[in-house]
Amino acid sequence: MIDPHGLSTSPFERASVAVVGAAESDLGHCAPGTSPVDLMAQASLRALSDAGLGLKDVDAVFCATSQIRFATTALCEYLGVHPRTHDGTQMGGSSFMTHMAQACAALERGQCEVALIAYGSTQRSVSRAAASPREFNPYETPYQPVLPISAYAMAAARHMHEFGTTRTHLASVAVAARQWALMNPVAWEKEPLTLEQALASRMVSSPLTLRDCCLVTDGGGALILTRGDRARHLQKAPVYVLGFAQELSHLSISNMPDLTTTGAKITGLAAMKMAGVTPGSFDLAMLYDAFTINTILFLEDLGFCQKGEGGPFVASGAIAPGGSLAVNTNGGGLSYCHPGMYGLLLLIEAVRQIRGECGVRQVPGCELAVAHGNGGVLSTQATVVLGAVHD
Amino acid sequence: MTDNTSPSASASPWRVFKDHCLKGQLAYQVTQAGQVVFYPRVCAPQTGDDLHWRVSKGLGTVYSCTEVMGKDREPYNVSLIDVDEGFRMMSRVDGLAAKDVSIGLRVQLKMDMTHPEDPLPVFVPLQAGHPGPTGATHD
Repeated sequence: MIDPHGLSTSPFERASVAVVGAAESDLGHCAPGTSPVDLMAQASLRALSDAGLGLKDVDAVFCATSQIRFATTALCEYLGVHPRTHDGTQMGGSSFMTHMAQACAALERGQCEVALIAYGSTQRSVSRAAASPREFNPYETPYQPVLPISAYAMAAARHMHEFGTTRTHLASVAVAARQWALMNPVAWEKEPLTLEQALASRMVSSPLTLRDCCLVTDGGGALILTRGDRARHLQKAPVYVLGFAQELSHLSISNMPDLTTTGAKITGLAAMKMAGVTPGSFDLAMLYDAFTINTILFLEDLGFCQKGEGGPFVASGAIAPGGSLAVNTNGGGLSYCHPGMYGLLLLIEAVRQIRGECGVRQVPGCELAVAHGNGGVLSTQATVVLGAVHD
Repeated sequence: MTDNTSPSASASPWRVFKDHCLKGQLAYQVTQAGQVVFYPRVCAPQTGDDLHWRVSKGLGTVYSCTEVMGKDREPYNVSLIDVDEGFRMMSRVDGLAAKDVSIGLRVQLKMDMTHPEDPLPVFVPLQAGHPGPTGATHD
């Protein structure tokens, strides 16, 4: 993506690919009978409209969802698109960061001109169990962990044991997410949440309560990417893809080497190095908050605070509105929307914040954002750095 | 008679593991170089080396744990156990309330024979002076 001969230029000038369209599908609880591909198609058309492009312009398609085995094929059939380039890589919730990396490579190689990345899920309508059936693992399933919750719960328990993180720290993440969500008209949650309410909510898999867990909603989204030279002539200001990196460390939680350190430590460094930026450069961090412990782990592993200090960092109010670092300004998977594979929605909010489209929750002068995706049980990690220079 | 099984393995890693469970044993694998492997596989990760079976002494430490609030049942424990021979496995700690299982607790193997045809290795708190289950071998 970055011209190896152009290292003296700014990352914005070097960036060869930009996001030019971004949109959510309907979110929350969709009309009866809505299918995941309905939502993918709806979001795709909205994102194309956002970009000032049409279906005929799309020549690369990347999709993933837990409900359709051949998600990309399904969307292409539905929309009547015959792309030159396509892929349906399934890495869980971080799939779309991976798709973005693949789209960048395809665009740079001239294998496509306009890439569509799409996602849709009706897991609230059909139930989580139906939307995301789990494989039988003979070395885990007989012990009846409630996955993914119990896996994240054990990561949280270990973090508490090693670093003194508390349930109040975890609850602070939920409260901050709710405060942001109340400024997002399309967020699922509409009522305030106090620390006391979060702490008193029903225990699910200790130490995680209901309020430490993400929502179970329907939803989807789409992004349109093209090369920077074309992007500059489209209707919205380009949001450049400045850096990306992916890491996978394990599939099952039994095989995660250290439950308190994720692959984000590797992807954050690599993506920021590619972009030529450091954690202190960011105006916005969009972190995959399937559970409250995720936000703490990713703040630490991406370098926004030291390992072990994530709890006190979030409890200080740092990530709530008015804090020192804008985090999950859409309200996050905890309070805005979580259709099961949430990564694409992180990217959409980052694009909108950089464009300055976020109304009352807008981060002033937002030019640089990190979107960090997570899949499985802290299994796949993928970081994308997005940015634009404002006039 | 034609040997239709050659050169394929005659028993899956899972089957060998379960056969040990039927004998009350927790089995794991090692390479010639001493690399310890769990869950059971057909080859060693990273090196691809051949694997040989060993039987654990069945002693370990709780690495992490959670109390799961099941529907229509009592809360139950799920733990990750660091077994002394150098591998980690998911299991359950019995013999105390789920809320009382804690990280760092020393535990010993107890084969759960609730389903006699499908025994499940679980753990209980280590009894002082307990030598560990008999039958630990280096076969």
